[in-house]
Amino acid sequence: MKRPPFWRNIRVIRVALQILAVAVVVGAFLYLGNNLRNELVEKGLPTDFSFLSQPTGVTIADSDFDPGSPVWRALLVGIKNTFLLVIVGIPFLTILGTLIGVARLSTNWLVAKAAMVYVETLRNIPPLLIILFVFNAVILQLPPPRDPATPLDWFVISNLKIMGPWLASSNGVGAFLIIFLVAVVVAVVVGIWRTRYSEQTGAHSHRVVWSLGVFAVIVLLGYFLTGRPVSISIPVLDGRVITGGFGGLGAYFAVLIALVMYTASHVAEIVRGSIQAVPKGQTEAANAIALSGFQRLRYVILPQAFRIALPPIINQYLNFAKNTSLAIAIGFAEITLVTFQAIGNGYPAPQLILLLMGAYLLFSLTISLLVNILNRRLQLVGN
Amino acid sequence: MKKNLFSNWYNSVLTVVFGALILWVLYALVKYLIGIDTEIIRVNLRLYMAGRFPSEQLERLWGAIYVATATVAFFARATVRNAQTKATEAGLDFERSSWTDVVQRFWPIGALILFTLSFTETITPTLLTLVAAAIGLAAYWLGGMMPMWLIRRSWIILVVGLVGFYAVLVAFGGVGWDLWQGFFVNIVITVAGISLAFPLGLMLALGRRSTLPAVRVLSVTYIEFLRGVPMITLLLMGAFALGFLIPGDFQFSLFLRLLIAITLFQSAYIAEVVRGGLQSVPKGQVEAAQSVGLSPWKTMRLVVLPQALRNVIPAMVGQFISLFKDTTLVFIVGLLDLLRAVQISTAQPEFFAQGLEAVVLPFAALYFWVGSYVMSRESRRLEKKLGVGVR
Repeated sequence: MKRPPFWRNIRVIRVALQILAVAVVVGAFLYLGNNLRNELVEKGLPTDFSFLSQPTGVTIADSDFDPGSPVWRALLVGIKNTFLLVIVGIPFLTILGTLIGVARLSTNWLVAKAAMVYVETLRNIPPLLIILFVFNAVILQLPPPRDPATPLDWFVISNLKIMGPWLASSNGVGAFLIIFLVAVVVAVVVGIWRTRYSEQTGAHSHRVVWSLGVFAVIVLLGYFLTGRPVSISIPVLDGRVITGGFGGLGAYFAVLIALVMYTASHVAEIVRGSIQAVPKGQTEAANAIALSGFQRLRYVILPQAFRIALPPIINQYLNFAKNTSLAIAIGFAEITLVTFQAIGNGYPAPQLILLLMGAYLLFSLTISLLVNILNRRLQLVGN
Repeated sequence: MKKNLFSNWYNSVLTVVFGALILWVLYALVKYLIGIDTEIIRVNLRLYMAGRFPSEQLERLWGAIYVATATVAFFARATVRNAQTKATEAGLDFERSSWTDVVQRFWPIGALILFTLSFTETITPTLLTLVAAAIGLAAYWLGGMMPMWLIRRSWIILVVGLVGFYAVLVAFGGVGWDLWQGFFVNIVITVAGISLAFPLGLMLALGRRSTLPAVRVLSVTYIEFLRGVPMITLLLMGAFALGFLIPGDFQFSLFLRLLIAITLFQSAYIAEVVRGGLQSVPKGQVEAAQSVGLSPWKTMRLVVLPQALRNVIPAMVGQFISLFKDTTLVFIVGLLDLLRAVQISTAQPEFFAQGLEAVVLPFAALYFWVGSYVMSRESRRLEKKLGVGVR
């Protein structure tokens, strides 16, 4: 048999195609990188990351950040602010989204329709527009800082800042924190013990009561033993200065509220779809063994729906985290705005944007990795 | 009524609480709508729709709208004819959708156009819109006389329409895309972004499923990188860093740079959607295609892709909707889109600091809402029509 010529040999073609693809990409990168270096040099900008230790000139509202600090410090403050949005936002959007998703499946016509209107309205509007609306039409319409509202005397609310009560610490708080952590550990251990006990004897575990009880006893004892180191601090208005309490800028709350509302509409759809995706036979089986309505949801439907819903919901968390970058539109100093301002102050855009992308990418990939591990653990055995 | 609302005690409580809440919201809404002063919208309507498009060239914009209308009408006619021919060849019944059907499907857009026209101060825009409607109807009617070769290659209509659209706006001292603004630019970026990102995404998805390791690694890297960063970073890249990557004497406009950024970003998401579709096609389909002697290219084009794309219609349209919503981000890096125009209008001296954001932002939201709503409804309709999940 005669061998085909080499240009029709599939092995040769495969290798050649791959070499071609890699060559094109590498060539493009070399070309662009070369251009980048030339342009930076021509404009008198640094070609490396040494500029990170130069003073920023960026001012960050509501912080004691010194504009003379190096660029990397400003970026760190930006990352901290992004995290503040993400960490506070995720619990809220989960709760709101789940409630609305369940409400959409309610047998009560009015509740189901109201949830549907919420979802269909918010899902189809750009998140940026919602942020602008909440900021301009809600937050900025609050009373001015010189004459803020003080509902219950517990809050100080103005269009610049919103403050609420928080915990204040005094001497001995370190020891109390240690006792607090010990209490958490003991409560978890007690919970596990009660679960085991229930599994072995068949008696009721009452693990929630047991755990909370033990936790409360230890924390209260520790609180008095360490000399009551924690008290409630209420924000007090003194002229234009607010002392005590805890809170944030109006812009922070605008982004938070808007994005929680927007993302919750997506989470609600996932929750609804996941509950509907649990086969009908499961409900019927639960009814056949005479579980109550609550038991059916708690032990049969929700655990299965949770397995289906988890990956897309975590995807929504990622979307939420990425959407916090829209805070740039109303001037909340998260990482994107800080980068933007640094560019405005004459620092080289290519490197700064690369750093910005790298920060988001690191975060996204870490979460994706965790989700993949979780997914493997949640996968049904035998499937 | 009783069963749905008052079946037991907690249902009744829910009904009463929600009823009260809804009544309160409705009351607040009606009160707000009555008290609203739409002066700002009437004064700034052109700014919202077309930005600072030179007013002496405005007829070019209308011309472009006419070209677009005619193109869509011709294309729709060709699509219907094609479906009819195919159905007849296959010996199936063909049911042509009636006019009432079309009205039912697209009435939100019609209502939005009427709503927009209700804010105009002269009669001219209304008349010009009527002309557009007449052109659309005429083109649909004339489309019946299209020769068969053109109907079979309906993409020619789109290409000619695109060239016409661009020529009407730009040729002979017209208005380049640097001055395409307002809601017009949102629409242009959406359409252009979809048409550019879709083929790129398709290629990336095929690359990710390729048997060549190097191609696969490159595609995966690209997709995961872009999906891991927010779109605004890509826009910042387009606005501030892209200029560094190309030699100094060869710079292009902000509009084009942002369009490139959006296309690159969305193609990664579209690639993932297409990949989901490719994975849903059973392996037996490929094997069957091979056993009847189709080439790899034909297997992909005639057997795998049609099924793959059909299976992901909702996800794909969802991606298009999010592209449409994301076009608002361009204002952050300096393009004057609808959202920017709205903000400019509330900063004008006669409207400054009167809380008019509460009027104009919902007004802008309406346009995005209607667009997204119609798109998602069409996707559900298409899905049903193509019988996804039905055998």
